[in-house]
Amino acid sequence: MQIREIAKLLNAKVLCGEEHLDREVKSACGCDMMSDVLAFVKDQAVLITGLCNPQVVRTAMMMDMRCIVFVRGKNPPQEVIDLACSAGIVVLASDERMYTACGTLYVNGLAGGAEVHDRAC
Amino acid sequence: MTEHVNFHFEIDGENFTSAGEASVRIKKNLREMGFSPEIIRRVSVAMYEGEINMVIHANGGTADVDIYCDRIEIVLSDRGPGISNIELAMQEGYSTAPENVRSLGFGAGMGLPNMKRYTDDMKIESKVGEGTTISMTVWV
Ligand SMILES: Nc1ncnc2c1ncn2[C@@H]1O[C@H](COP(=O)(O)OP(=O)(O)OP(=O)(O)O)[C@@H](O)[C@H]1O
Ligand SMILES: [Mg+2]
Repeated sequence: MQIREIAKLLNAKVLCGEEHLDREVKSACGCDMMSDVLAFVKDQAVLITGLCNPQVVRTAMMMDMRCIVFVRGKNPPQEVIDLACSAGIVVLASDERMYTACGTLYVNGLAGGAEVHDRAC
Repeated sequence: MTEHVNFHFEIDGENFTSAGEASVRIKKNLREMGFSPEIIRRVSVAMYEGEINMVIHANGGTADVDIYCDRIEIVLSDRGPGISNIELAMQEGYSTAPENVRSLGFGAGMGLPNMKRYTDDMKIESKVGEGTTISMTVWV
């Protein structure tokens, strides 16, 4: 799925990374606990979250994610947007709640990431 | 790369906003040095979890990353409260993080297990009232 389509499906505003909207992403993770995000490794490209502090962006950076979707109508502070921007991560903001946002993307073909049980690689 | 390179960081325990900056820095350095994305991710995630732990549980500390041609060693050291039961702390889901930390997205009790999972070797030395030192190795 292209990031552009995620924005469309979630009726989301693009807060940064307009130039990367054509990028293809294959899987996503919806989570408000950052260590849970860090426990799943297999090529998750999209982080859907209701938190909006800088650690959300650093978590996405650590996992080489390409897009963060802030749900529940959260407006992340400018420093958070700037941090994501500097890392080339697309930032979207949607009014949808977490459950609905994840469900919408899932039924439209965006899969969940695979869990690492043993070793990351 | 023939020689060994060391990066040293002071981790500010007062500042949650800047927590993780050292790990971002290391990630960039490793990328510039040409390590594989998989190795870079394992090192930076393990270090990030440890860095966050020092900020939320131990009021800051130091991080040292030593890069050799065959391995990367990460040593995180703090003078925080220490960990009284390391075996318990290593269990997935065990956390003493208070509500204000949980509302920031930490306290799932997954950090230490993640550090173990992403590294080839992990050693915790801790004394209650004195501090904690965690050493991790990732073989390249
Ligand atoms: N550097 C440290 N100093 C003192 N206690 C620590 C330190 N690191 C971890 N702990 C203790 O071990 C527990 C488990 O740590 P772990 O990183 O697994 O989970 P967490 O930090 O509570 O939550 P998460 O990492 O999932 O956000 C912590 O809740 C804390 O009690
Ligand atoms: Mg932790």
